[in-house]
Amino acid sequence: MGMRRVAIVGAGMTKFMRRAQETGKELAWEAAKMALDSCGLTLKDVDCVVMGTAPDAFDMIHMKAEYLSDGAGAWRKPYVRGFLGGGTGVFTACHAWYHIASGLFDVCLAVAEEKMSSCMPHPQGAFFTCWDQFTESPLGTSLLWFFAWEMNRYMTIHGISERDIALVSVKNKKNALDHPCAQVAADITVDDVMNSEVMAWPVKRLDVSPTSDGAVALVYAAEEVAKRITDKPVWVEGVGWCLDTMYIGQRDLYYPKYVEYAARMAYRMAGIKEPDKEIDIAEPYDPFDYKELHNAEGLLLCGKGEAIKLLLDGVTQRTGRQPWCPSGGALGVGNAIAATGLMKVAEIFWQLRGEAGKRQVPGKPRRGVAQAWGDEMQVGTVIVLGT
Amino acid sequence: MRRVAIIGVGYVGFRSISPDLSFKELMFEAAVRAYEDAGVCPRRDIDAFVTCEEDFAEGRSIYNIHTPDNLGAVLKPIHTLPAEGIYGIIDAYMLIRTGLMDTVAVESHSKASNMLTPNYLIAHAMDPINRPLRFNPYFIAGMEMNRYLSESGTTKEQCALVTVKNKANALLNSSAAYADRISIEDVLNSEMMFYPLSRLDISPPADGGIVFVVACEEKAKVLSKKPIWIRGVGWCSDTPNLETREWGEAIYARLAGEMAYRIAGIKDPRKEIDFAEVDDTFSYKELQHLEALKLCRRGEAGFMVESGATQRDGEFPVNVSGGSLGVGRLEEATGLQKVLEVVLQLRGEAGKRQLPNVKVGLAQSWRGLPANSGAVVILSNE
Amino acid sequence: MSEKIKVWPGTPLTDEDFAEKRILYTVWEPNLKYAWDTGIGYGRYFAELKKGKIIGTRCNKCRRVLLPARVFCEWCFRTVDEWVYLKDTGTVNTFSIAYTDWKADRIKEPQIPALIEIDGSDGVAIMHLIGEVDPQKVKIGMRVKAVWKPEEEREGAITDIKYWKPLEEE
Repeated sequence: MGMRRVAIVGAGMTKFMRRAQETGKELAWEAAKMALDSCGLTLKDVDCVVMGTAPDAFDMIHMKAEYLSDGAGAWRKPYVRGFLGGGTGVFTACHAWYHIASGLFDVCLAVAEEKMSSCMPHPQGAFFTCWDQFTESPLGTSLLWFFAWEMNRYMTIHGISERDIALVSVKNKKNALDHPCAQVAADITVDDVMNSEVMAWPVKRLDVSPTSDGAVALVYAAEEVAKRITDKPVWVEGVGWCLDTMYIGQRDLYYPKYVEYAARMAYRMAGIKEPDKEIDIAEPYDPFDYKELHNAEGLLLCGKGEAIKLLLDGVTQRTGRQPWCPSGGALGVGNAIAATGLMKVAEIFWQLRGEAGKRQVPGKPRRGVAQAWGDEMQVGTVIVLGT
Repeated sequence: MRRVAIIGVGYVGFRSISPDLSFKELMFEAAVRAYEDAGVCPRRDIDAFVTCEEDFAEGRSIYNIHTPDNLGAVLKPIHTLPAEGIYGIIDAYMLIRTGLMDTVAVESHSKASNMLTPNYLIAHAMDPINRPLRFNPYFIAGMEMNRYLSESGTTKEQCALVTVKNKANALLNSSAAYADRISIEDVLNSEMMFYPLSRLDISPPADGGIVFVVACEEKAKVLSKKPIWIRGVGWCSDTPNLETREWGEAIYARLAGEMAYRIAGIKDPRKEIDFAEVDDTFSYKELQHLEALKLCRRGEAGFMVESGATQRDGEFPVNVSGGSLGVGRLEEATGLQKVLEVVLQLRGEAGKRQLPNVKVGLAQSWRGLPANSGAVVILSNE
Repeated sequence: MSEKIKVWPGTPLTDEDFAEKRILYTVWEPNLKYAWDTGIGYGRYFAELKKGKIIGTRCNKCRRVLLPARVFCEWCFRTVDEWVYLKDTGTVNTFSIAYTDWKADRIKEPQIPALIEIDGSDGVAIMHLIGEVDPQKVKIGMRVKAVWKPEEEREGAITDIKYWKPLEEE
């Protein structure tokens, strides 16, 4: 396509914790420093910085990007923040790509930070003011309603049971046992999930990923520079993002069309015609267990309603043909919204370089896709990486 | 390298209240006007959309949710930058330069009238460790003005002249909310708010919406008779900390300006640029920014305004639209109002305010209290 | 890289750290108040709700009914053509049984939030609550009818409908 080639050359992340002592600035700094150290660069080498962080309402800091800018290494540099709700993490990965692909810069630092624990009594309350203040909030609209509605619709249309969906939670929490930063890695069973407290039927406590504090950073470089820094650059092959209407009653929740459109945009750019065959590993966003299946179908990794079959056949296990969420995903590592999105991109980065330690999937994965999702069940952000 | 141009502009406002329209309807109207101006249909011709808005200014925790429907962006790539409007233009510029997109719409609006506790809004942007001090955050502007006056030798009278000039300029701008003919004494006698900042040194808020359509060279030449080319862009964030920042000089503006001049190939800004719309959220800010952007030497901005050089008929007109002091401060859309004026002037569509023979204009924005960031864009009509 | 890194930064805190004041923290209560303009679309929608009626708009190009009522069609990106009154009965498109509220606190009486397709709209749903029914009996596809507040209590808000109850059809 004649577009400037851009690679990810370094990555770093903090532990994901329910509540961190570090302030948001410090979390951002830890991740950014680690990412720079991992590829031997300093702040002087960085031309620009992009930030991804989800609702200001968690920290109650208006213009949160300004507050975090020094922690993110943006002192006296071009710096901007993108915000797409839960889709932010992977959008930040795309944002860094086009800073360099535009030809304006050579090296970009992408940082995603989240500090949800500051919000009292529970970070979930911060979402209350997302919804339409006229037609939705007066009903006492809770974040969980949307997931419960979507899960119910998805299960009913495709005839999938809660027990089968619970297997995603089991898989991801188990995968996370090998992730050094994971918050809720555990060896649980389907019965554990089924017996956990019902929060908003059919959503149960162990179907949900926990709120989290954490930060992740990636270093991007243009082709000529990337090749000088590392002999294992991971190329950005495709980017895509898409939003659907906010009028929730005008669309059917059982299928995420917006994820499909974002994925098509990314696949077209990457030259991928059969994602189910050409993608080696996938990190679909999994804030809830059914979401991994829902999003994977949107990513065209299988047909509608078929994701559960792949799960039951073991295809999506780390040792399977197309591992999904080898990192442990949000369910295992923690859902620090924006940071989790970028964590998925970092996971693909480490996997493609063979550096994922105990989580490394066998074979030599060449191409991976990471996806995030959010807003009022309406945004999909996708990035395709390859070696 | 692919050139990028602004081919369409639409706006609604600007006035102190807008009770007849919800923010969605405001966005829709501005968007329809912009698409009409550009001759595009958003469902077919626009590849991506960028909105610039801060959550708390709107009163919600994820503003992005409510954007696609109002701009014709349903099931299309659209994202939000919690940043000021010029950052959106810059984002569109980058997207088009990658080759991935050809046409991008940029939007921002202000519903400042819906915000009942604006001082608290700014207080929420302060570092939590400073909040227990419980000062009205405008003290930061007062402190900065004080330092700037003392470092540069500029006087309060010269700052007051900025307010007088801009409000008078706004009299010829039918979109301006706060046009007025006042005198320096009126400004100096106005209520002292945060010494040395008086009430008339502070720009009042206004509502309104602005949408731009930005396109690549090939599309611009087909769709527009007068594409306005983006010659240079720059943006920069200085330290957010109050404790360690430079109070006298607007370093973010200096660095953003340097980046924009480098890209535009401009060596002598004062000679090569014909006019400018710079941020004047506070009267002293206009002067501080002129110096930072090297449109005059340090300490000279006060003389510039006193001598009449920055008047509409002066040698370097500044804020001919009336600036924020005359038009009203449009929160995150403030910078887009500045770009709007530059585009209208370069197209020859500025009516009674039209400057003769202008070819290159500069628009600059500041993110507002208590931020230390801003962006610059340089536009030309050839 | 992942293997070479030995120390992953981050210091987790526990509830005891706070209770026993082992760490310093500061508390802030937000004070952000807004008065949002309803505009033309929602303005009429709520004015009709106050009268006990549900109104939508129709775009003749894509032939959809739009709910809640709004003045432009987001799909065709054009202004709508007419206002249409709809019935106050509908079908449950999806629902949940919520045992926690928006703050994540447990609630005694479960709420039944649902998306209800309004009759007359060709399947367009609005968000609301179901009541007067055993939660276990709610099903996707169930028919429901709006239960309104008495006229003198209605304010012109979505809560002018208290909830929706099962509709017994002949």
